[in-house]
Amino acid sequence: MFNIYNKNISFLKFYKQFYLLSFLLIVISFISFFSNGLNLGIDFKGGTVIEMQFDKKYSATNIREALIQQELGDVKVKEFGNSQTFLAIFEKKSGKSDFIPNVKTQLEKSLTETINFRRVEMVGPKISKELTKSGIYAVLIALILMLFYIWLRFEWQFSLGSILALLHDVILTLGAFSIIGFEFNLSIIAAILTIVGYSMNDTVVIYDRIRENLKKDDKSDLLDLINISVNETLPRTLKTSITTLLALIAIYFFGGEILRGFSFALIWGVIVGTYSSIFIAAPLILIFNVKRDWNEVIDKTP
Amino acid sequence: MLHFSRLKIFFISLTILIGLFFFIPNFLNTPSKIFPEKKVVLGLDLQGGSYLLLEVDSKPLFKEKIDTKAFDIRKKIRSERINYTNFKINNSQTISFQINLENKNEIEKLLNNKDINSRVDETNKELQFVINDNIVNINFSAAYLQRIKKNAMEQSLEIIRSRIDELGTREPTIIAQGEERILIELPGIKNPKRIKEIIGTTAKLSFKFLANNDANSNSFDILDSKSRLEKFNVEKTLVLSGEHLTDAQPGFDNINNSSVVNFKLDNFGAKKFAYATKNNIGRRLAIVIDNQVVSAPTIRDAITAGSGQISGGFSVEEANNLAIVLRSGALPAPMSIIEERTVGPDLGQESIDKGIMSLIIGFVLVIIYILINYRILGIFANISLLVNLILLLGTLTLIEATLTLPGIAGIILTVGMAVDANVLIYERIKEELLIEKNIMIAFDNGYKRVLTTLLDANITTLIAAIVLYFIGSGPVKGFAVTLAVGIITSLFTTFILGRLFVASYVKSKKGGVIKI
Repeated sequence: MFNIYNKNISFLKFYKQFYLLSFLLIVISFISFFSNGLNLGIDFKGGTVIEMQFDKKYSATNIREALIQQELGDVKVKEFGNSQTFLAIFEKKSGKSDFIPNVKTQLEKSLTETINFRRVEMVGPKISKELTKSGIYAVLIALILMLFYIWLRFEWQFSLGSILALLHDVILTLGAFSIIGFEFNLSIIAAILTIVGYSMNDTVVIYDRIRENLKKDDKSDLLDLINISVNETLPRTLKTSITTLLALIAIYFFGGEILRGFSFALIWGVIVGTYSSIFIAAPLILIFNVKRDWNEVIDKTP
Repeated sequence: MLHFSRLKIFFISLTILIGLFFFIPNFLNTPSKIFPEKKVVLGLDLQGGSYLLLEVDSKPLFKEKIDTKAFDIRKKIRSERINYTNFKINNSQTISFQINLENKNEIEKLLNNKDINSRVDETNKELQFVINDNIVNINFSAAYLQRIKKNAMEQSLEIIRSRIDELGTREPTIIAQGEERILIELPGIKNPKRIKEIIGTTAKLSFKFLANNDANSNSFDILDSKSRLEKFNVEKTLVLSGEHLTDAQPGFDNINNSSVVNFKLDNFGAKKFAYATKNNIGRRLAIVIDNQVVSAPTIRDAITAGSGQISGGFSVEEANNLAIVLRSGALPAPMSIIEERTVGPDLGQESIDKGIMSLIIGFVLVIIYILINYRILGIFANISLLVNLILLLGTLTLIEATLTLPGIAGIILTVGMAVDANVLIYERIKEELLIEKNIMIAFDNGYKRVLTTLLDANITTLIAAIVLYFIGSGPVKGFAVTLAVGIITSLFTTFILGRLFVASYVKSKKGGVIKI
C-alpha cells in the first residue's frame, strides 16, 4: 500500500488524462440519461406504490397479472427484501376515497390470499409536478448559495472550480441512477444535496490549503504548489471518506429496503465527490491560473 | 486554544448535561419525576399512520353559485318586465343574454342594485358585467370567487375536523395548506379506509319527489341509485335540504333487519316537511345524498314529528359513517385526495429496528477505525462522537423535530461526517508536530489553523441542509433537520469538547512525547 503521508504523489501530472476520463463518464451519463432516462418514482411521475406482505412465499408474476386485470395502467411488481414482501407500482392514481380499499379487496379476491398492505403511497399529477419543480429548485438554489458563499470566502477561480466539480458529481450521480435503474425519488434529491454538501466540504478543505500555501509561497510553480496542497490534505480526505463510507455501508446493508437507493446514492456520491475534489477541482485552479500575488490579502483574511 | 477557563468548562459541562436531560427520557418507559416527559416525535413512516393531502374542488361550488345567481337575475328582470332573449350560462362562468337597446340603462341599474350585486369589500363588488350593444355578459368578480373559495376552505376545514374528531383518532393534525388544500396526519392509523370514506363524502343531502310518469323531461334529473343498479327520475324542485338537519344517529330497523339512520329536523324543516308530505301522500320521496338516491320511500302519512329515518340497506358501519357525515353537515365543495402516504405500524417498527441496527453497526465501525488511526486521541474523538449523538438526539427532542427514517440515516451520516472535524484537526496537528518542536504550540497551532477550514467546510453542508429543509417535504424535511442539527452539535463536540480533552491530555504530558 502506498503511504498517504508521502508528500510526493503527482496527482496533477496526469490531470489531463483524468479530465478525459471524467469527460467520457459525463458523456456516458448524458447518453444514458437521454436514452434510458431516470427510473422516476411516483413522487415525480405520479401513481401509486403499495408494499404488500403475504403470509407465505408468493410470486410477483401472479400479483402482477391480478393487478393488470384491475386496469391500473402500467403495473410493475417486484420482490422487496424477501419473497413474502412485494412492491407494486402502478400508474393509476385516484382522488376517490375508496380507491385503495377497492384495489385491496379485488386483489385479495382474485388471489384468494389475505394481504397486508404495509405501505401505500399515492401521488396525484399536480403534486408530482410540484415535487419535481421543488426538487430541481432545491438543487439549483443550494448550488447557487454555495457558489455565492465560496465566492465570498475565496477568489472567483475557487468558486467556479468548486461549482464545476459539484456539477460533475451531480451529473455522474444522475448518470449512475439512469444506468443502474434504481428508483429516483424525493429521498434521492435529499441524497444529491447531501453529496453536494459533502463534495463541497472536501473541495473546500483542499482549496483552503492551496490558498494557505499561495500566501506562504509566491515563487514555486503553481502546479507543484497545488500538488503539495493536495498531498498535504490527502490523509484527511481519505480518512474522512472512509469513515463516512463505513457509516453509509452500515445503512446500505442493514437499513432495510426503503433506504437502499438513498444510501447507494450517498456511497456513490462520496466516492465521486472525493475523486472530483482531488482530480477535478484542484487542477481547475491551475487551469484558471489563480493570481500569485497574495500580499495584500494576507492582512484582510482572518 | 488549549487554555480553558473554569467558566468555559462549566458551560461545556452544562451544555452536555442539558443534552443528557432531554436525551434520557427517550429511553424511559415510565414517566420520571426528574426528567421531562417529552420524547422525540416519530414521523409517520416510523410510528405508522396516514398522511393525506386533500384538495377542495371549488368548480362545482362556483357552478352552484352562478346557477343561483342566474336564477335571481332572471327573476328580477322578469319582475321589472324587461324583455330579454337567449338567456344562458357559458362554461359555468358567464351569464349572458340579449336585451333591447332601450333597456340598457334599466339593466345597468338593476345589475348595480345591492340585492343582486352586493359588495365584497371596499373596492370590489360581487359581479362584474359588460354590456356590448344589446348583449349582456355577467361574471363573478375575482374578489368574490376568492371569497367563495376562502369560505369553502374554512368551512371544509371545520367540517373535516369535526368528522375526524367523532372517530376518536389519536392526536390528528388537520391544517390548511395554501388556499385550497387540507393536510391531515393521522398517527397510528393502521387502515385509513374509514377515515377516507368519511372525509371523502361531501354528504350533500336533499329530499326531492320522484317525477310523475307524465312529467316534462326538463323538470327532472335522472339519478343513479346507491347500488348503481337502478335509475330514478328525480324532480328538480327541492323539498328540503340537509341544512335543516339538527341531529342524525345510527339505528337499527328490526323489521327489515338492517341499519338505518334516524334524523331530526329543525322547526323550519319540520314544518316544510309536514306540508310537503301532507300534500303528496302516495308519492315517492327520494332521499338524495351526493347525487345518488339512497332510498325512495312512499309517503303513507303526513310526517309532522320533524324526524325521520333513512334506510338503504346499510351495514352497521355505513350507517355509523352516514350519521357522522350528516351530523357534521355537508362539505361546501367536494374534496379529493391528491396525495396519500400510509405506513402500517409493523413496517414502522421494522424501520425503527433496522435504523437502530444500522446506527449501531455504523457507529461501531467508525469507532474502531478511529481507534486504529489515532489511538489515545482516538478515544477522545470517540467520546466526542458519543456525546455528539446524545446532544443531537437531545436537541431533536427539545425542538420537537420529527424523526423520520431518512432522519435516522441523517444521524448515521452525521456520525460519519462528525469524524471529519476530528480528522481535520488531528491531521493538522500531525503536520504541525513535524515543524514545531514544542508540543503545546504545535497543538495550539493545529486547532487555530484548522478553524477556518472547519467552518467553511461545514457551512457549505449546512447550506444544503437548510435549502432541503425549506423545499423538501415530510421525511426529507426530517433528514434536513437531523443533518443541520448534527453539523452544529458535531462542531461543538469536536472543536470544543474534543479540544478540552486533548488540552488536558497534552498538559498532563507536560511537554513529553506524544505520538499520533
